[in-house]
Amino acid sequence: MTVQTERPPSGPADLREADGGKGGGPTPPAASRAGALAPYLLLLPALVASVLLLGWPLLKDVLLSFQNLNMGQLIQHVTEWNGVDNYQETLTSEDFWRVTLRSILFTAVNVVLIMVLGTLTGLLLARLGRRMRVTLLLGLVLAWAMPIVAATTVYQWLFAQRFGVVNWVLDKLGWHSMADYSWTSSQMSTFFVVTVLIVWMSIPFVAINLYAATTTIPGELYEAAALDGAGAWRSFTTVTLPFLRPFLYATTFLEIIWVFKAFVQVYLINGGGPDRLTEILPVYAYVEGVGNQHYGMGAAIAVLTIAILLGLTAYYLRIVLKQEEDEL
Amino acid sequence: MKRSLFGRLWPNATAVVLFAGFVFPVYWMFATALKPTGDILSEDPVWFPTDITFEHFGTATDVDHFWTYVTNSLTVTVLAVLFALVIALAGSFALARMRFRGRRGFVIGFMLAQMAPWEVMIIAMYMIVRDASMLNSLVPLTLFYMMMILPFTILTLRGFVAAVPKELEESAMVDGCTRAQAFRRIILPLLAPGLMATSLFGFITAWNEFALVLVLNKDAGAQTLPLWLSSFQTQFGDDWGATMAASSLFAVPILILFVFLQRKAVSGLTAGAVKG
Repeated sequence: MTVQTERPPSGPADLREADGGKGGGPTPPAASRAGALAPYLLLLPALVASVLLLGWPLLKDVLLSFQNLNMGQLIQHVTEWNGVDNYQETLTSEDFWRVTLRSILFTAVNVVLIMVLGTLTGLLLARLGRRMRVTLLLGLVLAWAMPIVAATTVYQWLFAQRFGVVNWVLDKLGWHSMADYSWTSSQMSTFFVVTVLIVWMSIPFVAINLYAATTTIPGELYEAAALDGAGAWRSFTTVTLPFLRPFLYATTFLEIIWVFKAFVQVYLINGGGPDRLTEILPVYAYVEGVGNQHYGMGAAIAVLTIAILLGLTAYYLRIVLKQEEDEL
Repeated sequence: MKRSLFGRLWPNATAVVLFAGFVFPVYWMFATALKPTGDILSEDPVWFPTDITFEHFGTATDVDHFWTYVTNSLTVTVLAVLFALVIALAGSFALARMRFRGRRGFVIGFMLAQMAPWEVMIIAMYMIVRDASMLNSLVPLTLFYMMMILPFTILTLRGFVAAVPKELEESAMVDGCTRAQAFRRIILPLLAPGLMATSLFGFITAWNEFALVLVLNKDAGAQTLPLWLSSFQTQFGDDWGATMAASSLFAVPILILFVFLQRKAVSGLTAGAVKG
């Protein structure tokens, strides 16, 4: 994501006085030239860090993507430019497009599940009595807090071929063929495990924040809707939903990003296997670049991945940025 | 509007099922870690650990370099969070309280930086670190982790700084404080919850990070706990007791922190970074 280039340190961003008195305020009496410089000095460390530690890797990635950089060149420290060869090879390879399509489908399925189930859970939280709500919140927080690597290991154990609880339950429920089923043996079953894992860890964020957002809806709105004769469904669509819309946009946007780059879960559950059939773009870039030591190639895939991610989120990005601008 | 018995029952019933679904994996991790191997590898699952044993924790921590991993993880995480907090505090104060050209650009820039796909940029980061001859060192890890959490920290703290009434600061300045003094004596103490919330999320991110350390540090002496945990699978094969003990040890600090700080953390999250 081209971050730094879009951030003019003192660019033409016109300073509207639309602060609403929230951020600005009267300049202190001792406002001198030093005072005018103060905000930039305060932001300087953050800016320097961003440029060096985020901007430079991004730029480096683009530079590497135009190089022929394999094991040999890596060891000898030579730079061999090869123009757009990496891009040409990547874009004409059937693998890349298959992985891209797979990544997009994978992201779509996960995000839809997360948003629908997370929203329903959040609305449920709003409807529960106090004690039950606190209980469910606690459960959600536990799942939310589980570190990714730990959660992944636990899911491997839950879905283990021998002595895994999931297989045992399925067997007891009548699917006897599942008794010794190896979940990592096929593409779809591996994706199933990864999806359950990701949805499980992502719902709490959506649900808890959505619940928090519903508590800010003024009760009068519902009363007014009820006076106008609105039923439960109508007051949901005319009051709740419009109120939550910005929140839902922002969350969907974040979830798309998080799921799209879910490297750790996919990589740890099955290493992108079986037969590289569950590689999504970040894993593909890693396996091609680091694993097979085609670093230039991997860098090109990474650049394309970032471009695809930007494309996928462009619509939401615009809305979110616009919201932010309106609030500034 | 009076609800029927069914109408009152189903939300609670659903909540119970959901609760079980969310808690079970966490419960099963601890339960497995505490059960003797015979109960773990049994045809029918032993749902409640009756013979509690700590031998799996022994196996998990007996691994070579275990304490190196612990020290490395703590060092990298704590330093990254501290650096990020200091840098972010200055920046967020400027963004929340001062008016200057380009402020909007900064905020949008940090919003975009917050979404940086780090997992995808690993190759470039590897090359940079290698060219600097810093592979197998904790320094690049600390710096990159700091950067991973910095945008979020700035944006969240901005919300917290903005929430401190301006009048407090102004009256301190009327009373003769400089702006820096007013900040230190008035705003900083009021920011404590915000600092806790943001450092919690920073802590989790850095503590969890896997992809970068996997590529940068092949030397056991410079590795961190996520690598130790993921290598268990391959090293111990089917020793699920030890694997779950390791997972528990890794997860416990975060779980404890999170459950206690959750309320503040969530309000901070909604107030700052994720506009709701």
